Amino acid sequence: MNATVLDGGIGDLVALVSIVLFAVGLKRLARVRTARSGNALLAVGMLLAVVLTIAQTGVVGWPWIAGGLGLGAAGGVVIVLTARATRMPEIVARFNGFGGLASALVALALFWREVVEPAEATAAAALGAVPAGTLALSVVIGGATFAGSLLAELKLRGLLRTVGGVPARAVVMGVLALAALALAGASLFVLEDATWAVATILGLAAVSALVGLLLVAPIGGADMPVVISLLNSLSGLAAAAAGFALGQVLLIIAGTMVGAAGLILTRIMCTSMNRSLVAVLAGGYGAVPAGDAQEYTQVTSSDPEEAAMVLEAAGSVIIVPGYGLAAGRAQHAAAELAGVLSARGVDVRYAIHPVAGRMPGHMNVVLAEADVPYEQLVEMDRINPEFKTTDVAIVVGANDVVNPAANDQPGSPIAGMPILEVEQARRVFVIKRSLSPGYAGIKNELFERDNTVMLYGDAKGVLDQLTSELQGAPV
Amino acid sequence: MDGTLLVSLYVFVLAAFLGYELITKVPPTLHTPLMSGANALSGITLLGAVSLLGVATVAASTVLAVVALALATVNVVGGFLVTDRMLGTFGTKR
Repeated sequence: MNATVLDGGIGDLVALVSIVLFAVGLKRLARVRTARSGNALLAVGMLLAVVLTIAQTGVVGWPWIAGGLGLGAAGGVVIVLTARATRMPEIVARFNGFGGLASALVALALFWREVVEPAEATAAAALGAVPAGTLALSVVIGGATFAGSLLAELKLRGLLRTVGGVPARAVVMGVLALAALALAGASLFVLEDATWAVATILGLAAVSALVGLLLVAPIGGADMPVVISLLNSLSGLAAAAAGFALGQVLLIIAGTMVGAAGLILTRIMCTSMNRSLVAVLAGGYGAVPAGDAQEYTQVTSSDPEEAAMVLEAAGSVIIVPGYGLAAGRAQHAAAELAGVLSARGVDVRYAIHPVAGRMPGHMNVVLAEADVPYEQLVEMDRINPEFKTTDVAIVVGANDVVNPAANDQPGSPIAGMPILEVEQARRVFVIKRSLSPGYAGIKNELFERDNTVMLYGDAKGVLDQLTSELQGAPV
Repeated sequence: MDGTLLVSLYVFVLAAFLGYELITKVPPTLHTPLMSGANALSGITLLGAVSLLGVATVAASTVLAVVALALATVNVVGGFLVTDRMLGTFGTKR
């Protein structure tokens, strides 16, 4: 099988065309103007690769191939077409899990075909030591990606709260890692007996899934984008590992490119929070300050009616969305308020923090879905100097990413994290259900500032009220 | 270490550099679509499943490979579609 792509002739050239399409496609996908064509190029490259592989494999197993392809294609189309636009981030997490599981299953299928069914020799003897090792890697990475992505999807859907500290998580993970090593070694190099080989490789898959669950379980808030991009990277690496086991160059190339891309995103997300990957994966922000530091003493709150009067007099408004906006499906309400304000001649923009929301670029996707013009979305570095000259900042469901403690208090758990400096605006409205802390578990100084007014309630409800108050007001 | 394996290793290292260089400066707007498009690409593992299905005899490995093929195809087809749909809402041109 090592020869499938490398054995010269027309097949190699077709594979090369696919590889070029992947490279050009990824490049274009990373630029705003060319992104859609980049995605299309990737798809064409993939189609070409599939046709090539089928041609090289031969038509002996065609009912299976056609069945699997047909079923999968139909499933993919149905999932995407029936999903509401607001569900896109969850869908991405689910597909990521499917990709990971598929790689693990490919490795298992290879194991069954070469080791279990002939029942003659160990995997290391039948396949060679390195392919056998990468086979196990594919099972491990794929299994962990699947379980982790599944959990991430449940969290994105809001079906599952962040599980606070798993007891002795680091120790448990260490034990599991050792167990995985032992199981992999036993199934690949030692056990010739098919029953035992099956038991150990399935054990390996189960342990990997458990590791994936433990990896994602305690992580929430602004740390979620890091984990999601890490899972994305892992699904690519799982495919690359399967490529090594099978000796298929296309899998190695495409899988590794995805792995590298995912790692870049992971790094960008970590930088956006001034946190190391290790700190993120450890879960939480460590020790939370003692009780009384959490108490709020001088919080001003108001209602939409009064807030609308302030907005009537404003010349410039910056809307600062956070996960609360996405969770409350309030993006249309926000866009509507922005529309009414714009119609009154107010300069309206949105300030986008790189880790606002639960996945990389979450706010961009959510607001685009509500037809917010792209030009109104301003990145953190460009919008921060503008808050000083802004009349009103409206914070919708964001917390840690607007906490001035990151700049003011060197001892704070979030010290040094780049934030949106909303507190510099003349007036700040914070739309929030309660004063409960964000993922970092700390008090938000912003809520006590003199220029801050809390508007308690659900994001969509408050925004709708603001809009209707403004519509009733004289221009 | 035989020749094929060595070539695979070359390919792996170079692909890592390539992937890294291709998307170093990516604007925040595109974080989700890039992830989602790259994710669809990771469904490339379907080629592995196809290559394992080129046999006439039906066995447990066939079943595993078919399930893998179906899941990977969901990943690929769904992934590219969802990315296109997302980019469509961004108002970027095809």
